[in-house]
Amino acid sequence: MAEQSSYVRRALAEPQPPPVGEGVLARMRARLFDGVFNTVLTIISAAIIIALVWPTFKFLILDAVWKGSSRVDCLPETVGRQVGACWPFIQAKFIQFMYGFYPDSEQWRVNLTYVLGLILLVPLLIPRVPGKRLNAILFFGVFPVVGFFLLVGGVLGLPHVETGLWGGLLITLVISFTGIMFSLPLGALLALGRRSELPIIRTLSIIFIEFWRGVPLITVLFFATYMLPFFLPASWEIDALARVLIGVVLFSAAYMAEVVRGGLQAIPRGQFEGAMALGLGYWRMMGLVVLPQALRLVIPGIVNSFISLFKDTTLVLIVAIFDLLGQLRAAFSDPNWATPVTLFTGFAFAGIIYFLVSFGMSRYALFVERRLNTEQAR
Amino acid sequence: MTGRESGPEKSTRGPALAMRTTEHQVAVEIIGLNKWFASFHVLRDIDLNVQRGERIVICGPSGSGKSTLLRCINRIEGWQRGRVIVDGLELTDDLKKIDEVRREVGMVFQQFNLFPHLTALENCTLAPIWVRQLPKREAEEIARHYLARVRIPEQANKYPSQLSGGQQQRVAIARALCMQPKIMLFDEPTSALDPEMVKEVLDTMVGLALDGMTMVVVSHEMGFARQVANRMVLMDAGQIIEINEPGAFFDHPRHERTKLFLSQILR
Repeated sequence: MAEQSSYVRRALAEPQPPPVGEGVLARMRARLFDGVFNTVLTIISAAIIIALVWPTFKFLILDAVWKGSSRVDCLPETVGRQVGACWPFIQAKFIQFMYGFYPDSEQWRVNLTYVLGLILLVPLLIPRVPGKRLNAILFFGVFPVVGFFLLVGGVLGLPHVETGLWGGLLITLVISFTGIMFSLPLGALLALGRRSELPIIRTLSIIFIEFWRGVPLITVLFFATYMLPFFLPASWEIDALARVLIGVVLFSAAYMAEVVRGGLQAIPRGQFEGAMALGLGYWRMMGLVVLPQALRLVIPGIVNSFISLFKDTTLVLIVAIFDLLGQLRAAFSDPNWATPVTLFTGFAFAGIIYFLVSFGMSRYALFVERRLNTEQAR
Repeated sequence: MTGRESGPEKSTRGPALAMRTTEHQVAVEIIGLNKWFASFHVLRDIDLNVQRGERIVICGPSGSGKSTLLRCINRIEGWQRGRVIVDGLELTDDLKKIDEVRREVGMVFQQFNLFPHLTALENCTLAPIWVRQLPKREAEEIARHYLARVRIPEQANKYPSQLSGGQQQRVAIARALCMQPKIMLFDEPTSALDPEMVKEVLDTMVGLALDGMTMVVVSHEMGFARQVANRMVLMDAGQIIEINEPGAFFDHPRHERTKLFLSQILR
């Protein structure tokens, strides 16, 4: 190259497409089999996956018993081969797993509640569907009230169904839904309180948050169920499920508060100043400018809390409320279905349900995050 | 009072002089202002009056307290001693009064401080809708009017992160104007911009000045200052060193500190 002390470009370079991506084989070689070490790792990983997936598949599908009416149908002696999951057990107990002891003739009310919830929830989750504001009001404002009266009854000729009869997935969903619905707004308020400049509000928020974070959920449930009645006047009879719900909401709100506070701390000072300079008061500044940004930042943490709340509902078993897992364990003791595989079948069933819900929440959150990120191109 | 007076028929004409018929001839009155950050005395005995329609440019070395002084005018910063009276309203701890003043005082920041989760248009309509309680359509009409005025009507539906620095700052100016303020404060509005974008923002500000807007500007853009300022203020070490007409300020500065500052900044 000749020495260049001055240079003037004569023609602008045309943009070119990036080098073309190679085929599947080439990509696999580049990602899975480049070098001895990575090849060994790939083979070991594949072996582990096969060793885990195959027996599961065999147990759940291949060796499973699909039809039957009692334990006898699920015994190896009767079937004449190795026996996997005993699905007739689930079929026989399905109603209990879903509704607990909710009266048969009234179970349509539970189904109707589910259907209403889904009809309102699904369009809320799909960004393209219009009318989000009305939809949100219906789902967060109207649906809980309607659902409450549908499930509890005692109005409009619906017979009253005591919460003591509720059980199974119904309880799991009621507790999770209530917990999720109330813990986020309450948590956001507590987070704001903890960052407030008013000393009394700040102190109260800190005490509240630290108290509920300091005690285990089991203790909270025990206290709410067995000890609270001693402290309240005898005439104040609060429903056992309601007490548990309140306990769960307060407990998860404390955790949510800390998640939200993390988001609040990440909002630059300039955002507060920009909002203040426009004359937005405290609540509008927080509600319109700060919280929308803060909550977006902590979506992973919020969903994490939701998922752990959903799974923690199983703890209500210890206060004699039978959620999905509780009903399952109760069903294990039925001598009609005592087989070597009953336990595994039941847990597999519950596991699948819990996994589907938790994984669904997690994937949806990921979708929301990606969407917000591309929309605002941060 | 009637904050809802600003109808669309006025907005289409922009912030015309005719709107400002209030009796207060003094837009901002600062009397004996003193402020400390912990033990650091940032503002010392500041006395400054801004007349209606007047344009004041404050300059001075960094750390001289000029931004802090500006931020006291809408009480984004508090102070320990002294009084600030804006448009006849004295700023005290009364939050209601503070918000009342902030509604009438627009502010433009060095770092823009646009709301990243809202589009340019939504940034502009937020306060008119929620503070002035205008109907959404009217607020959007006003917002489009001002976005057109800062010459970016086509960017209305973009998010701040999709705009260049200069465009963001112009959106920020439009956002402040949408509240139809009586006074505009500019806190080093071009300091965070790439050199190529400084002019588009300054042009917008010159346009505002020509319309008779009362402006207090902290800036080092001396060309701009000479063009629009009625009075120049030099601050150093938390004090006002010199206040003068721009001609005298630039050509025959009286204080030694002013001479030194100008010689450094103008090379």
